[in-house]
Amino acid sequence: MDATIAGILALDGLTNGAIYALLALATVLVFTVTRVIFIPQGEFVAFGALTLALLQAGQVPGTVWFLLVLAAAVSLQDLVNGLRQRRPPARLLAQALRTLAWPVAVSLLALWAAPKGLPMLAQAALTVALVTPFGPLIYRLAYESLADASVLVLLIVSVGVHFALVGLGLYFFGAEGFRNPSFWDQRFSFGGMTLSGQALIIFFASLALIAGLWLFFDRSLAGKALRATAVNRLGARLMGISSSSAGRLSFTMAAFIGALSGLLIGPTTTVFYDSGFLIGLKGFVAAVFAGLASYPLALAGALGVGLLESFGSFWASAYKEVIVFGSILPVLLWRSLRDPHSEEH
Amino acid sequence: MKLLRKTIAAAAALLATTAFADVNIGVTLSLTGPASGLGIPVGNQFKLWPQTIAGEKVNLIILDDASDPGKGVGNARRFVTDDKVDMIFGGSITTVSAAIAPVATEAKTTQISIAPVGVPPEQEHWVFRLPQGFTVMAFPIIEHMKKAGVKTVGFLGYTDAYGELWLKEFTAQGEKAGIKVVAVERFARSDTSVTPQALKLVSANPDAMLIVASGSGAAMPHKALIERGFKGKVYQTHAAATPDLVRIGGKDVEGAFVVSGPAVVAEQLPDSHPSKKVAVDFVTHYEKAYGPGSRNQFAGHAYDAKIMLEKILPVALAKAKPGTPEFRAALRDAVENMGRTIFSHGVMLWTPTDHWGYTNETGVMLKVVDGKFVVEK
Repeated sequence: MDATIAGILALDGLTNGAIYALLALATVLVFTVTRVIFIPQGEFVAFGALTLALLQAGQVPGTVWFLLVLAAAVSLQDLVNGLRQRRPPARLLAQALRTLAWPVAVSLLALWAAPKGLPMLAQAALTVALVTPFGPLIYRLAYESLADASVLVLLIVSVGVHFALVGLGLYFFGAEGFRNPSFWDQRFSFGGMTLSGQALIIFFASLALIAGLWLFFDRSLAGKALRATAVNRLGARLMGISSSSAGRLSFTMAAFIGALSGLLIGPTTTVFYDSGFLIGLKGFVAAVFAGLASYPLALAGALGVGLLESFGSFWASAYKEVIVFGSILPVLLWRSLRDPHSEEH
Repeated sequence: MKLLRKTIAAAAALLATTAFADVNIGVTLSLTGPASGLGIPVGNQFKLWPQTIAGEKVNLIILDDASDPGKGVGNARRFVTDDKVDMIFGGSITTVSAAIAPVATEAKTTQISIAPVGVPPEQEHWVFRLPQGFTVMAFPIIEHMKKAGVKTVGFLGYTDAYGELWLKEFTAQGEKAGIKVVAVERFARSDTSVTPQALKLVSANPDAMLIVASGSGAAMPHKALIERGFKGKVYQTHAAATPDLVRIGGKDVEGAFVVSGPAVVAEQLPDSHPSKKVAVDFVTHYEKAYGPGSRNQFAGHAYDAKIMLEKILPVALAKAKPGTPEFRAALRDAVENMGRTIFSHGVMLWTPTDHWGYTNETGVMLKVVDGKFVVEK
């Protein structure tokens, strides 16, 4: 191995690491606010990449129907709850309208735009608009009524949601994989290395998103409310912060980050309906490095996972996954020795 | 009175013979679930089957196993206990085939697997396979490499059984032909990048690369090798011989060599290829029913199953009546001693020691030219 090879490997690792970083941030965000270990985070990545691929092919992506079904299920759930609590019909109607408005509007837009062959950036925006509402809808359908359950119960629900999403993904997208065209085809070479435009976009998009998240948490009221909920749910509620709207907001952001990661990774690899799981899991490993609590540590962990994966595949490609997922053990050991705390119930 | 009794007995015997005269075949296919892409075309071809084969009415009992080995076993149990079938076709994926092999062996019923499957020696007796094995498919690649003067090969394959079996077979056959595997790298279908593996392979500088992957998963490693500046020949296996390779690989897979069964490239086969006539018949009938371009290797296996029945049914019927254990045993012996038979997928020669059967005349090398598969002569 010489410097050039090491350079290429490092670049490859950091490019993937940047994607894992986004997913790790989303995992930490969802966990701190709602205590949900959100295993299906990766599914949004696959949904984002595949939705864009189908839009590129001029077809109506399955996400449209999936979104409508999900929105209908959530409004039905609201309706049943509302009738049980004998709420006035006008309020029920308003609630249903609020739930359905965005999914229906964006679905109609997608139905209209799919055969038109719009420019790629417009399709990318449409993809994000289609995948992002999945977050709050899944939260309301699967987690909201269990918001006070133990971490373990929420984890079990996550596993169920993961299997449901993968199965439905197969139904809506089919078994074959897709690869999206690059957003930017330019290549830059220096020394023996080439840097693709897509890799640059991945770096810049990740940096921009991280900076955006920092501003959001530091400067905006909604961000501060999320932080407050993360620090202490009960305390935040006493201060008038609704923990369920904080949960919805965090899931919305998680889905948005997932969809964006899907757009970024789509041109660099072939994405299948089930590809998201492993990508999300590597983001999760990075989040565990950070004890599911610290954003900067999650970022460092994600870049570490990317590098480990890239160098691991160079030296022993057959054991690559073993190396990546095995690396979680010493970290867990170190964490449990450093700050031992009792099991949460 | 005596006459009446005789008449009744005769009528009963007659009834019994008509009821048993039909040949019943249980078919379990993955018509839903993750592997439905492979199972549905097989089912489509079975729908085109005639009512009678070799003058005998053949009932196909087709059940869906949802790509689930457990369900496949349930189907197989139903076949042997309730339907008392004479033969089992299926499953259409390896895991299901492997799971129902013990059931078929226990019931002493022949299993014709529509997926490549390895089974323990005690079950081998009752199991025959319709797809080509790795030995037969590695043969044309080695021959092509010999002709092209390839001496060293880099291997980039799946970390699963498909990759492992190819590696074993290719290394063994290559050694005899003086072709050496100089670097072995592995990847998984869902990997986000194979750049590191490609780097290592390219730096080993072999004459050619062999990529062992399936369908759309075969394009990513190919692209990675080209991106890393590999200029030699790139070979792909028969699982990659689908339009998805070109759809995703684009101009990077141009010039790739792909080994394939003859069925899907029927018209292009040289006249000297034994399967040409049968393969053309298969694709014309299939595409007449399901539209142009709908051909695929999986439906071809169901077509070949009919050719097999046409040959073995008369032999077995001469020995015993359908629905009896003797008939089931006779069917098995007939399959094993069927002799050289031309299938749409190649030349089949099952023997007591080889239940995979295809001869080396089977495989065809294709080359990707202008985004299309062209037979390499």
